[in-house]
Amino acid sequence: MKVEADVDLCQGHQMCQAEAPTVFGFDTDADVVVLLDPMPDESLRSAVATAVKYCPAMALTLSD
Amino acid sequence: MTATSDRLVDIPEVSSEFPGHEHGHLEDLRHDPIALLHRVRDECGDVGRFRLADRDVVLVSGAEANEAFFRAPDSILDQGEAYPFMTPIFGKGVVFDATPEQRQEMLKNQALRGDMMRGHAATIENEINRMVSEWGDEGEIDLLDFFAELTIYTTSSCLIGKPFREELDASFAEHYHDLERGTDALAYVDPYADIESFRIRDAARLKLVALVQAIIDKRLARGKVAREDRDLLDVLISLKNPDGSDYYSADVITGIFISMMFAGHHTSSGTAAWTLIELLRNPGAMASVVAELDELYADGSDVSFQALRSIPQLEAALKETLRLHPPLVLLLRVAKEEISLGGHVIPVGTMVGATPRVSNRIAEDFPEPDTFNPDRYIDPHQEDLQNRWTWIPFGAGKHRCVGNAFAMMQLKAIFSVMLRDYTFEMTQPPETYHDDTSKMVIQLAKPCRVRYRRREASGSGGAPPESGVETEDAR
Repeated sequence: MKVEADVDLCQGHQMCQAEAPTVFGFDTDADVVVLLDPMPDESLRSAVATAVKYCPAMALTLSD
Repeated sequence: MTATSDRLVDIPEVSSEFPGHEHGHLEDLRHDPIALLHRVRDECGDVGRFRLADRDVVLVSGAEANEAFFRAPDSILDQGEAYPFMTPIFGKGVVFDATPEQRQEMLKNQALRGDMMRGHAATIENEINRMVSEWGDEGEIDLLDFFAELTIYTTSSCLIGKPFREELDASFAEHYHDLERGTDALAYVDPYADIESFRIRDAARLKLVALVQAIIDKRLARGKVAREDRDLLDVLISLKNPDGSDYYSADVITGIFISMMFAGHHTSSGTAAWTLIELLRNPGAMASVVAELDELYADGSDVSFQALRSIPQLEAALKETLRLHPPLVLLLRVAKEEISLGGHVIPVGTMVGATPRVSNRIAEDFPEPDTFNPDRYIDPHQEDLQNRWTWIPFGAGKHRCVGNAFAMMQLKAIFSVMLRDYTFEMTQPPETYHDDTSKMVIQLAKPCRVRYRRREASGSGGAPPESGVETEDAR
């Protein structure tokens, strides 16, 4: 499972952090997401998929 | 009429229903904008061109050109001058759109913050309950009037504050609607032209200013209240110039409120109405959504709690409604620097547009594009995420609607209450529900009525019909 975050699209809603805090962090200076774990463990798939689906900026992608 | 730039002549120009008109395709845009926008893609492909008064508008569609459009920073494609029809609505001195940086500030500091959503969900549940509390067991509603009034209450309460909302009644919604009707594309020639829709617009704005002035007068007569009872209006009227005079006039405060509510009002109102229409036209989809809600609320859980969580069938129905009926059909910018779109270099000063209405129905991305099919978004299908540059009811990129999470939550709350407690049926042939597209703000055309009936005591403890009447009387 591979996660990508497009910081040019991120609007700083921080929804992804609530879903998967070990995968998504936040750069408070730049107000954008920081990818903490681009290759998360399979056990996090559901949480990461939810973060991707509900990202209000559509800034996240999940690939296998 | 300015001549088309030499640099643009290799971009094909779309045909017109009004060939040779002095304002180019302006009359096409005023008469049937949806036909015009589809015609651009059909005749010209991903990049086409039409004429709006003295300007060329380059219209893009398709993933590649859309991505270039939506990724362009404000310094290259600017929104500021793209919507002249909004200036007389907000009033001079109230900006149309914030920069991405300001929008991010708004997110962090104000009403759209993620941690504010729980409170907003409770507010919206309360507002919808208030509206339906006057319904009785059965009756009819006009979808335009009902949702326009409801979303005036929800947006004012969530964005300005509860005390302000409590001063509003249906008359505020009526004047606000007249204001939205003032978004005639003739504004691209002259936003102050002496035409009926602009006269109605200006009269409506004055009435709104008078309503706000009356609320201000009441606040001043009442005097100061405790901090926790203040809303945004109290804050704005407390600001003074060094000489002690008011910093903001009622006119400017009204303009600020109009602009704050604008993005979330007709958009949410229209989407709510179209969702109900599409569910009534597609009984299978309606049955799936109602079954999902019945199960979700069987334990009596709160709407304000569930609206913030996943409701897959309802979300899919909302997304599919947004795909087919995006509230904004044309998004515009002005080129501040040269930009390359689909292999064409666009000169400075050109208007550039993207079109949710057309991109959302590209057959290569959305098979059977005109069919309402919520399964497009049910796992494992994700036609929205797979087509993030063509599934664009909220726009895309840095300017993607900053209120989209709020909007989805609000729609989930509205339909949780309405479909849990009532059944609906159309009172007119299904195909007669349609939009009035004569203004830039598209709204449902009247008549657009539906019948409601309170559900028997299934789901979450809705009162049985016979005692329901007594409950109403007792209120």
